[in-house]
Amino acid sequence: MTALMTESRFPDPDRAYRVLIEAHRGLSDEESAALNSALVLILANHIGNQAVLQEALALARQTMERTQDATG
Amino acid sequence: MNSRKILYQFGYRRSPDQDQLSPVRRPVIVIGAGPVGLCTAIDLAQRGVPVVLLDDADRIGEGSRGICYAKRTLEILDRLGVAKACLEKGVTWKLGKVFQRDDQLYAFDLLPEDGHKMPAFINLQQYYLEHALVERAAQLPNLDIRWRNRVSGLKRRNDGVSLAVETPEGSYNVDADWVVAADGARSALRGMLGLDFKGEVFEDRFLIADVKMKGDFPPERWFWFDPPFHDGRSALLHKQPDDVWRIDLQLGPDADAKAEQSPDHVIPRLRQMLGHDAFSLEWVSVYTFQCRRLERFVHGRVVFAGDSAHQVSPFGARGANSGIQDADNLAWKLALVLLGEASEGLIDTYDIERSAAADENIGHSTRSTDFIAPRSAQEQRFRDAVLALARKAPFAKRMVNSGRLSMPTTYETPLSTPDGDTWSGSAHLGAPLPDAPMLSRSGQPIWLLEALGGEETIIHVPNGDTLPNGKRIVVIGDDLIDVQGLFAQRFDATPGSTYLVRPDQHLAARWRHATPPQIERASRRLRDFEGDRA
Repeated sequence: MTALMTESRFPDPDRAYRVLIEAHRGLSDEESAALNSALVLILANHIGNQAVLQEALALARQTMERTQDATG
Repeated sequence: MNSRKILYQFGYRRSPDQDQLSPVRRPVIVIGAGPVGLCTAIDLAQRGVPVVLLDDADRIGEGSRGICYAKRTLEILDRLGVAKACLEKGVTWKLGKVFQRDDQLYAFDLLPEDGHKMPAFINLQQYYLEHALVERAAQLPNLDIRWRNRVSGLKRRNDGVSLAVETPEGSYNVDADWVVAADGARSALRGMLGLDFKGEVFEDRFLIADVKMKGDFPPERWFWFDPPFHDGRSALLHKQPDDVWRIDLQLGPDADAKAEQSPDHVIPRLRQMLGHDAFSLEWVSVYTFQCRRLERFVHGRVVFAGDSAHQVSPFGARGANSGIQDADNLAWKLALVLLGEASEGLIDTYDIERSAAADENIGHSTRSTDFIAPRSAQEQRFRDAVLALARKAPFAKRMVNSGRLSMPTTYETPLSTPDGDTWSGSAHLGAPLPDAPMLSRSGQPIWLLEALGGEETIIHVPNGDTLPNGKRIVVIGDDLIDVQGLFAQRFDATPGSTYLVRPDQHLAARWRHATPPQIERASRRLRDFEGDRA
């Protein structure tokens, strides 16, 4: 079984993060949302494994719960 | 536009059952003379079971409604004796194209190979299909259609059902061993049994317009996302017989159904789409839809089939096609039970097999609808991102979903004997057999499915050993000649290969080298006689 990898994978995570930030600089929220949507689809296809995708979604959802707990 | 013209009128006739002091008992009563009820009744009658078919109306009205009939459905209709009439009248097609704005995103071919009797699809107004079925029904002496017979009451008994029926000449009671409820999406029988019909409701409204015009579009299914003539929505164009074109326009959730159906609204929309107004309106309807099903299709001796049992969105042509496939699945089982050749438990396998088919159809239909009518801003963004990516990356093309067109279900069923050997080819255990062009013993061209008809059959490829035993054996190279080698290819056949085919032409078992007890056991199993399965 392929599992979602949550260990750090980039040799230089700061630069990888910066790549994402730069891509959104100067975009409106709506443009950013559109860019992210395309990016999610591309990356999901690259992973090509529905179980991993579902694990990733579950992990993402956990962060939302925590945010809501913190603010609510 | 919604006051439907009468296209075919049938007469109410008094049945002798109405003059009996105590109710007459019939083996099967089918309720609803739409495509599903008619197919069920014809199939049963062809199998030697006397059938009564009740319908509350006495006419077939205009309104083309279901228009796309898939290859598997046509194969079933062929077995029932009506495919020829449908093919002659219908528009044969297999290509679909998907556009965004003015650009073609991709095209699909639903039947890229030759060597099948039936085409991928035909388009035909539902009333032509119903008329062909009624004419076929009239040829069967043991099929008794009673128009203007409305079921007003139903009592379930342990060994049957008692019905109260209203006619223009008053009411009467009639009993049945089995009742098939094919009375449509608004099934009265479902209500009489108090059954829930639950599922997902979709809010987008769609406009169907059937338009008569001389068009030079090809007989293909054209689907637009965000078309230049209908900003931000979707549209479908599809050819029907008689120079009639089906146009389906997404209106959104807030459209006013009544206003949208008026010619004042419809005609300008169509003029914008077609670029001219040399057309006349045949039929206009605004619809929303639901994807839902009964939890169980068999309730004692009452069996639900077609829209009364399950409902889908129109994208993918899965309504009438799946309903006719219900009929195909149910008729042979009911016939065997009524003729004493199978136990009542066989009917439970109708529930298992067709429930799974309904779930598959509802799944496809729901996913298509999610794509065509996104329900939130983010759903819309994902959808638009897929469409934009489809121009750049192959993976996104495969995500573009304008309706996945009806394909038959492969049954994961207790009636199948699991494969012990490995097989390639396009035949699959539990699926309908692929067709193949053959020659008969006398050298006449005949299609494999035509030759099989509706009987349980063993197909055997000889290897010099003794031929298998069974009620009906077809020997390849003797009874049927595989003149183009397509049988061998599609069935991955080698000398000794033996295939057991169900009466609905689905594959029940296969062996590279079968022993008589294996075949005997598999044959009992497909009639649900095998007691020891999990």
